[in-house]
Amino acid sequence: MELTKEEVLHIARLARLGIEDAEIDRLQGELSDILGHFTVLSQVDTEGVPPTAHTVAQCNVLGYDEPAPSLPTEEVLSNAPDRDGDFFRIHAVLE
Amino acid sequence: MTIDVSSFTIVEARKLLDAKEISSVELTRAYLDRIDAVDGKVQALMTVTGDLALKQAKDADAAIARGEVAALTGVPVILKDVLCTKGVRTTCSSKMLENFIPPYDAGVVERLKARGAVIIAKANMDEFAMGSSTENSVYFTTHNPWDLTRVPGGSSGGSAAAVSAGEAPAALGSDTGGSIRQPASFCSVTGLKPTYGLVSRYGLIAFASSLDQIGPLTQDVADSALMLNAIAGYDPRDSTSVPQPEADYYGCLGGSVKGMRLGVPKEYFAQGVTPEVKAAVDAALKVYEDLGCSIEECSLPTTSYALAVYYIIAPSEASANLARYDGVRYGFSYKDTGSMWQAMEKTRGLGFGPEVKRRIMLGTYALSAGYYDAWYVKAQKVRTVIRREFDAAFEKYDALITPTAPTVPFKIGEKAADPFSMYLSDICTIPVNIAGLPGISIQAGFADNLPIGLQIIGKPFSEKTILNLGHAYQQNTAWHKRRPKL
Repeated sequence: MELTKEEVLHIARLARLGIEDAEIDRLQGELSDILGHFTVLSQVDTEGVPPTAHTVAQCNVLGYDEPAPSLPTEEVLSNAPDRDGDFFRIHAVLE
Repeated sequence: MTIDVSSFTIVEARKLLDAKEISSVELTRAYLDRIDAVDGKVQALMTVTGDLALKQAKDADAAIARGEVAALTGVPVILKDVLCTKGVRTTCSSKMLENFIPPYDAGVVERLKARGAVIIAKANMDEFAMGSSTENSVYFTTHNPWDLTRVPGGSSGGSAAAVSAGEAPAALGSDTGGSIRQPASFCSVTGLKPTYGLVSRYGLIAFASSLDQIGPLTQDVADSALMLNAIAGYDPRDSTSVPQPEADYYGCLGGSVKGMRLGVPKEYFAQGVTPEVKAAVDAALKVYEDLGCSIEECSLPTTSYALAVYYIIAPSEASANLARYDGVRYGFSYKDTGSMWQAMEKTRGLGFGPEVKRRIMLGTYALSAGYYDAWYVKAQKVRTVIRREFDAAFEKYDALITPTAPTVPFKIGEKAADPFSMYLSDICTIPVNIAGLPGISIQAGFADNLPIGLQIIGKPFSEKTILNLGHAYQQNTAWHKRRPKL
């Protein structure tokens, strides 16, 4: 199980994860090694076995549509890295 | 009065508080002094909330004077820094949340406060709860109180080390693949991972949502039951919280274990378990035999695949959960660049440490187009097989007994360069999370003064059974009473 450098860069881009050149080589080796160990899963016969997403079988969990106070604006913005009045200030999305 | 709090349990503290031989303010001050004396060596704590704790202690004393006493009224408690605390910095031991001050309390924190607990500190951990040694905290490494050159386990290593060092009688941790039980084993404390869904995850900073569960680290099983009484219960804010009638886990202790059927799955002894650990488990089984339990070797053949299942599913869920850290609404934000995408990539690249990045990459790979069925769906199917094996075993046995960790605590730095060898240290605990079961680690011996833990696994929502088994063991042994010398 050998990941290529291009695959590592592709995954990092999908994850929006900035990685430095030195990290690329390291991750290429580590991920290849780890995934190599996990190819053992193909040995388990899962023909006709359904996947388990959650161990507790709950059907749709519905909440009542009851109005309640939301967090005050000041608290919502209290951890904002950058703000402009009552707004989060971010980089331009469309240029 | 001067008191030595280093080996206090909640039950003992409760007696002194109720008899008014000590006030909560005095007790809290004694723990703050203890923290001052030992935390420089152990480095278990991220933030000590001394002023806030003394204020809560004062309120608790007023409540005690009015006769309004709940089980935890006036008792200091430590929280893993993955739990949101209103107005108190919550870092997840990550640069990403270095300055994050939550505007709300986690559900379990609300519950502890409602029952009068005094929140004395937030504990160090592996970044975003990813790790088995607490070496992945970006701030500092916590040391094992039994040997300061060794790791305390992880990811709740700060919580386990703090209780072991007597910095509080109890702490909360979170357990995704063993992160309460493995550090409990390494630090010689009692660590309980409840059934998935029994304790609300609201306000627990998410790592792998289908596996994470909050639980207590304490000096003994009786205190573990008291803490579970406080934190268990339905919470509509967590859609995976299971409506269950509230139970008295403490009140059920002391029942006879005679006639209980215990299974010992042989696969848990095949994967790197040392002779010392095996000998301690064998000795514990003898104790249960003497108490009238029947012991039988059994087999859970898919156990050896659990590690692979975990390290596909947990990183996949982590890659989705950690997508929220984009530098916009909270947390670290890199601004010194032109475009939104560049800023986001820089924020995440600089804000996350190596283990978190490794897992985000693993998860993103397993969920990506072309690989989803071969990795993620396959792992979820093997998860079903593992759960079915447990279900079948619990038709025959009341509980399963295994080691908690395959070895005694390892040296700081020993496994840091080899992620896969680090992953193996959770090999005995991971299957329990995959199947959503309850598991408890209790103190079961020492090898060269380094702790060994015993794991008791139960069927879903059988906390009473495993607590009772753990308590019976502690009534007949004294390992849990040994404290480290600091």
